[in-house]
Amino acid sequence: MKEILEIMENDARVSVDEIATMTGIPESQVKKSIKEAEEKGIIRKYKTVIDWDKVGEEYVYAIVELKVLPERGAGYDAIAERVAKFPEVISVRLVSGDHDLSLLVKGRTMKDVAFFVAEKIAPLERIQGTITHFILKTYKQDGDIFYEKEESKRLAITP
Amino acid sequence: MIAKRVQRIPSSGIRKFFEMVIGMEDVVSLGVGEPDFVTPWPIREACIYSLEKGYTSYTSNWGLQELRDEISRCIASDYGITYSPEDQILVTTGVSEAIDLAMRAIINPGDDVIVVEPCYVSYSPCVIFAGGKPVPVATDPSTHFKVTPEQIEDKITGKTKAVVLNYPNNPTGAIMKKKDLEAVADVVVERDLIVISDDVYDKLTYDGEHTCFASLNGMQDRTILLNGLSKSYAMTGWRIGYAASAPEIIDAMLKIHQYTMLCAPITAQMAAIEALRNGREEMLAMVKEYDRRRKLIVKGFNALGLDCLEPKGAFYAFPSIKGTGMSSDEFAEKLLKEQKVAVVPGNVFGACGEGFIRCSYATSRDAIKEALERMEVFLAPKG
Repeated sequence: MKEILEIMENDARVSVDEIATMTGIPESQVKKSIKEAEEKGIIRKYKTVIDWDKVGEEYVYAIVELKVLPERGAGYDAIAERVAKFPEVISVRLVSGDHDLSLLVKGRTMKDVAFFVAEKIAPLERIQGTITHFILKTYKQDGDIFYEKEESKRLAITP
Repeated sequence: MIAKRVQRIPSSGIRKFFEMVIGMEDVVSLGVGEPDFVTPWPIREACIYSLEKGYTSYTSNWGLQELRDEISRCIASDYGITYSPEDQILVTTGVSEAIDLAMRAIINPGDDVIVVEPCYVSYSPCVIFAGGKPVPVATDPSTHFKVTPEQIEDKITGKTKAVVLNYPNNPTGAIMKKKDLEAVADVVVERDLIVISDDVYDKLTYDGEHTCFASLNGMQDRTILLNGLSKSYAMTGWRIGYAASAPEIIDAMLKIHQYTMLCAPITAQMAAIEALRNGREEMLAMVKEYDRRRKLIVKGFNALGLDCLEPKGAFYAFPSIKGTGMSSDEFAEKLLKEQKVAVVPGNVFGACGEGFIRCSYATSRDAIKEALERMEVFLAPKG
């Protein structure tokens, strides 16, 4: 199972047949393992990593730091789950350090994102403060480098 | 004007294909004998740092002490044999230099050196440059391209000095298991021979573990163990190899090395230290990926009707093209012209490589799939 997941983590489009060849696991077993991983929520989703800047689509992303007063009994979970429900919020993580929750927020304009934080997030009870960092350029995302890729400069034929 | 010894050697059969490929666009190449990975970043970074710190001088002829220490440690942990970093390890400018040094250190005029073929293109020319006579032993699919003790024994004469072994093998991908090598070792002892063992693909072994010939009982002092970082750590262009053997042999190799190469480049040696200290995980990840590609390409060839044994090491598949009625040269040339897929004809690696082509799977899975599709078109009945 682990090897199948490792292969799929880097390329979600690899066919079952190919995985079977590469791992030596029978096709039917590969299919079963993938289905099982999907059902158990091990495989969360199949996604495509897109460099929207290249498309010319203007999206604005911001990392938003939240200082939170944890709730008795529920800790940070209740507030984190509440924040996570907004479609503008791409990711929510509890982190160590001088703030508690770290969000990735997506919007059409800087104003959009700023108002979203000011109107929807900051006023929530237990949120003590927010700091918004707008993302200016992405160099690497999900293990993938966005600037010019390095390619081996090999000759076409060598002994 | 040119020395006869040099004139005798035909220029490499690979060069012809190389020249054909130059200027061609949209070529998918399975012809490359090196990894498609760029050297892992931490290794490159260590080299950059060494330059910033001003490491730009010669090193000892032996190579940096720290590097020899690491090499000694790695051999000991991988194969359980000890070479003293003080006088049993020599850092060379790639394994290529080490092959040349080994030949020149041991060959007297007229000595025979047994070369197991198909094999890497340098062994026989280096024997000739050193004044010896290469004696090829042909292997074939019936023994999975392993050499048998009988085959070696057949070629031994009073003049036989050494045997060259290269397992995992370029171009066949064959490996030899411990018991296979032990049988060869018996002959080596009986006939008092030296073994030059080119282990450069040792880390790229997919079936069990590599057996180092020098680690066999009584073989350490009879073996000149050659290895390097080119293939395992994707460091071909850095040119770092090494030789490990008995002090007497290493001393002789050092003598030639100090008057010709002097030392391997210090920047590359600094990078090699980092690779051996901290590069193992990235190296193993690359090996794992080669293994996956290996299975894809072997299945692909067999599906195309090109009989291909499963290579157990290195990163080459060596399918037979005998069923097509073409010679290796013809096949490779036509395939390149018609479908722009570059492969290396097997006869380049020795006469017994005729009827085969060498295909490197050290290239992306997409390129492998594309090459297989084009070969399918190439092999389809015409008209």
